[in-house]
Amino acid sequence: MPPHDMGRHCSSLEMMSAAAGQILRLLLLFSICFACMRTSAVHAAEVRVGNGVDFAAAVAKAAAGDRIIVPNGVHTAIDVKIDKPLEITGQAGATLDGKGKSQILIISAGNVVIRGLTFIRSGMSYVSDNAAIKATGISDLKIENCSFRDNFFGIYLAKSSNCIVRNCSFKASGRLESSSGNGIHQWYCRNSVIENNTIAGHRDGIYLEFSRNAIIRGNKSLNNIRYGLHFMFSDSCAYRDNLFQENGAGVAVMYSKFITMTGNIFRQNWGPAAYGLLLKEIADSHIERNRIEGNTTGLYADGCNRNTIHFNTFHRNGWGVKIYANSSQNNFKDNNFLSNTFAVSTNSSSLQTNVFDANYWSEYTGYDLNRDGFGDAAHHPVRLFTILIERQPTSLILLRSLFIDLLDAAERALPVLTPQTLADAHPRMKPKQ
Amino acid sequence: MNALWKVARFTATDIFRSKWLPVYTVFFFLIAEGLFRFSGDSGQALVSLTNITILLIPAASIIYGALYFYGAREFIELLLAQPVGRKPLFTGLFSGIAGALGGGFLIGTGLPCLLHGTADDRITILAILSIGVMLTLIFVALALLVAVRSDEKVRGVGICLGLWLAFAILYDGLIWLVLALFADYPLERAAIVMTTLNPIDLGRVGIMLRLDIAALMGYTGAVFEQFFGSRVGFTLTSGAMLAWIVAPFMLALRSFSRKDF
Repeated sequence: MPPHDMGRHCSSLEMMSAAAGQILRLLLLFSICFACMRTSAVHAAEVRVGNGVDFAAAVAKAAAGDRIIVPNGVHTAIDVKIDKPLEITGQAGATLDGKGKSQILIISAGNVVIRGLTFIRSGMSYVSDNAAIKATGISDLKIENCSFRDNFFGIYLAKSSNCIVRNCSFKASGRLESSSGNGIHQWYCRNSVIENNTIAGHRDGIYLEFSRNAIIRGNKSLNNIRYGLHFMFSDSCAYRDNLFQENGAGVAVMYSKFITMTGNIFRQNWGPAAYGLLLKEIADSHIERNRIEGNTTGLYADGCNRNTIHFNTFHRNGWGVKIYANSSQNNFKDNNFLSNTFAVSTNSSSLQTNVFDANYWSEYTGYDLNRDGFGDAAHHPVRLFTILIERQPTSLILLRSLFIDLLDAAERALPVLTPQTLADAHPRMKPKQ
Repeated sequence: MNALWKVARFTATDIFRSKWLPVYTVFFFLIAEGLFRFSGDSGQALVSLTNITILLIPAASIIYGALYFYGAREFIELLLAQPVGRKPLFTGLFSGIAGALGGGFLIGTGLPCLLHGTADDRITILAILSIGVMLTLIFVALALLVAVRSDEKVRGVGICLGLWLAFAILYDGLIWLVLALFADYPLERAAIVMTTLNPIDLGRVGIMLRLDIAALMGYTGAVFEQFFGSRVGFTLTSGAMLAWIVAPFMLALRSFSRKDF
């Protein structure tokens, strides 16, 4: 019977059941056509934890594609294996407790969705990387609105692709690097999306190794023991609008190409080995519109080539930029250097191939006679004192001394030690907005 | 005590009437106001303000203090003929000069800071102001010491200039030389000790701890921060500053009491 006839003649109840039948028939057709696809998702049943069914039993009982509902309360979950596509949803206050023994969820199937759960106490170990959620060799895992407290590792993704971690919060209270794990850890992953999470108190907030095409955005990584963000050998990833604050050693990115880092804030990373942003062997990347403020070293570049560093603001850092002579052809343009103790430092006075152009330097003393907005005299951001400190760090005690200012002035008039090729030919008169 | 107060008040009003003090105050006001207005970032303004405080205040205090004492010589001799004790007279002179200069600096610099300073900068501004006042006291005491000991005006002012040069520049050159010569040894402690011996360096480090905290958290800086930033360090440096006021003042007072006018 064609549906448009039905709507006119039948009662609404009959219409609904008939429509349902129609849909079922359609679905049957689909499932025959794509027998290998997960038809079960359509017949999703709900399995509730509780009434004598504990979490592990509920997982065992559930069929592929079922939804497991975890009610309010603390449920023990130790090494629960999830080897079929499931949707695990926590009601308010639903908590999975690893009892500090081992891992909580071990996922070995694709298309798992985890929502609204709190994970506590995955076990600390010096031997294995115990995580609240560990996923290996899967795809399309989605973790949303979850909370992780006092776990060793929070989420550990290995050899997985297309995974999403969104709106989660991580809080650990580790003290030592060796006895605490990473918040979100990725190893050999592809196309992950990590967004709007808050991570605090872990070893590294977000860690990526050998990963490709990850998108990391809108996260807050605070007070972690080592790095707020740490990635190695992870090319073509994008980091946008994240906040990295007061991490033990700031943010370290190493041995990667084609990275995009835009709109991030790197703030107040203090210490002898603390960097707002540490770049080691980074090439062909874009670092734009970031705000780097109050760090011991704002941006540290070691062996970095052909990067563009544009529109960033370096504000009140000890060293705005520390760039070593093994870095070449980096382009610093349209950045604002505001009130850094040392704007730029380098370890060599030899030929520099890094280009500084059209930046604003708050310590620039030149003039602009033709009123084009750019100073008429070039600015040399590396002071003599910066070089002296590289050689004799104790002389930092003479910072802001008139004696040092006189030496600087003499060096400016007759440069001997400072790199003359490291100069901004068109220093801005006003900060770039 | 009454005599002390009277002498101090007279001295201060005298400095005010001679237009020295208004000029001094307005000068600081214009500098500070200009810095806040034109340097774009309040951090940069505070850095420049620090430089001015640390260099200009010692220079102005030591030279003006000496000049005033030489100028007031007849007035002092007149008062000594009256039943006025030498101690209250000298203390009054010191308080008058130091109070006038210190007050002028506080008003001149404090007003723009109040107007433009952000909440973050509050402690830095407080540090700059209190270190400015301390330096005024120290260098006025030094000026009086020189002026009491040396009757010849030109020689006295020359010595004052030399002292300023030594404290502001030469001493730091000496520190740097020592640091360079003994570069192979751990010199952090030595650097701290040497710094404590110079009031201008003490003031500089005190402000540096606020302004350049990020740089100081680096490897060597951390040693300095740990010392100067700690309660012990703060007490010690404040004590050293106080000693730098008290010692020259007591010496000058002793010379003044024994001086044959």
